[in-house]
Amino acid sequence: MAINTDKNLYTVAFAAVMVIVVGSLLAFVASSLSGRIDENMRFEKQQNILYAMGVNENVGTGDVSFVPTNIVEDEFSKYIKEQFVIKGSEVIKNDEAYLIDVKKEVAKAKKGEVPELPLFIGEKDGKKYYIIPMYGKGLWDAIWGFISLDENMVVQGVFFDHKGETPGLGANINQRYFMDDFIGESIMSGNSFEGIKVAKGNNDPLNNDKEDNEVDALAGATITGNGVSAMIKETVNLYKDYLKTIRTN
Amino acid sequence: MALLSKKDTNLITDPLADNNPITIQVLGICSALAITAELKASLVMAVSVMFVLAMGNVVISLMRNIIPSKIRIIVQLIVVATLVIIVDQVLKAFAYELSKTLAVFVGLIITNCIIMGRFEAFALGNGPWRSFLDGIGNSMGYGLILVIVGFFRELLGSGTLFGIPVLGDPIEKTGLYSIGYENNGFMIIPPAALIVVGIIIWVQRSRNPALVEEN
Repeated sequence: MAINTDKNLYTVAFAAVMVIVVGSLLAFVASSLSGRIDENMRFEKQQNILYAMGVNENVGTGDVSFVPTNIVEDEFSKYIKEQFVIKGSEVIKNDEAYLIDVKKEVAKAKKGEVPELPLFIGEKDGKKYYIIPMYGKGLWDAIWGFISLDENMVVQGVFFDHKGETPGLGANINQRYFMDDFIGESIMSGNSFEGIKVAKGNNDPLNNDKEDNEVDALAGATITGNGVSAMIKETVNLYKDYLKTIRTN
Repeated sequence: MALLSKKDTNLITDPLADNNPITIQVLGICSALAITAELKASLVMAVSVMFVLAMGNVVISLMRNIIPSKIRIIVQLIVVATLVIIVDQVLKAFAYELSKTLAVFVGLIITNCIIMGRFEAFALGNGPWRSFLDGIGNSMGYGLILVIVGFFRELLGSGTLFGIPVLGDPIEKTGLYSIGYENNGFMIIPPAALIVVGIIIWVQRSRNPALVEEN
């Protein structure tokens, strides 16, 4: 027997059943997988922080290569010596600072409230790295990353990632040829905290000039690039007061 | 006995040429413009669409007799969105790296007009097996154009294929670049894809005049 699918009652009933079925299916999938997903995201964060301080498995000029997930927790506790939360003028030790949602804290700062800003101090071969998380927006969606500095405010490494930048264009901010350009650049211009600009036409594609506060932009990704510049500038501004206390040059 | 009957084989081969979803039906153009600056992205997109379209076609086809016609578009949208989200969640839990590569494509898959187009035009009126073949065929036709466009855009725009330099180093001036060749920056911005697709359509129609509409 064929069902009369044109009846209003049938349509409403079908819609209701469909919503319930699809809703519970999605809820079931999400709740049964959330543990694993959270763990993956935590590992990723640790990998990214370590990447910024140069603890990674990069070979030559190849692709970005993180510390493998099975050893990342050990490596993280080995290299990251201290974690802090900066709240106004207070600097509080907090061993779970890396789990703070930077997105929320940056939003707080924008509203004029006092944000709780995480900061990590890493140590490798006797050298100290100050690693700062960043959060901003690209062309389509969020971009974020980590920047590691030494006492002279010179960049030791960066890591960028994005949620939905255009593949092949803005999405390339997480490629090595872009991120490696930042290494050695200073965020200072004289005594002011300048940040680093992603600049079009700075006539320095090999980035030999490390004093100009500029790196070469990605073709076809102007807005993502501007987003990266703005993100660095904003982050440097937020952490400025703390950075002044550790700066030695 | 052949694995597929002649009619079934046509479901796969037609969309590759004379009934190509991009060049003939002009569906799915938006994603063809957005992600073809690199060959790798084109390929990932093609495979993702193939999976979603084949699965979605089967689901819709199984439900075809009970879907109320008044809300069929919404039902189709829910089916495709649910499929994509479940796949995304499973990948996030078990293949995190892969899911990060695919994340940007998720939105583009849901809104791909080929998917809704095939649900509406084919799966609603045909059985699951034929719908499955139709899904595979159409996504292959779509993927073929994506790969062709991606090939030319990456080669001419960046001088690389799958990210590997094939024409020499543009900064160190080696290979082709040593005799004055330059990458064409225009090729990596989306309008270039429109031009490449246009050229493909032109070539295809001049080879087969039957495709040209009468005015």
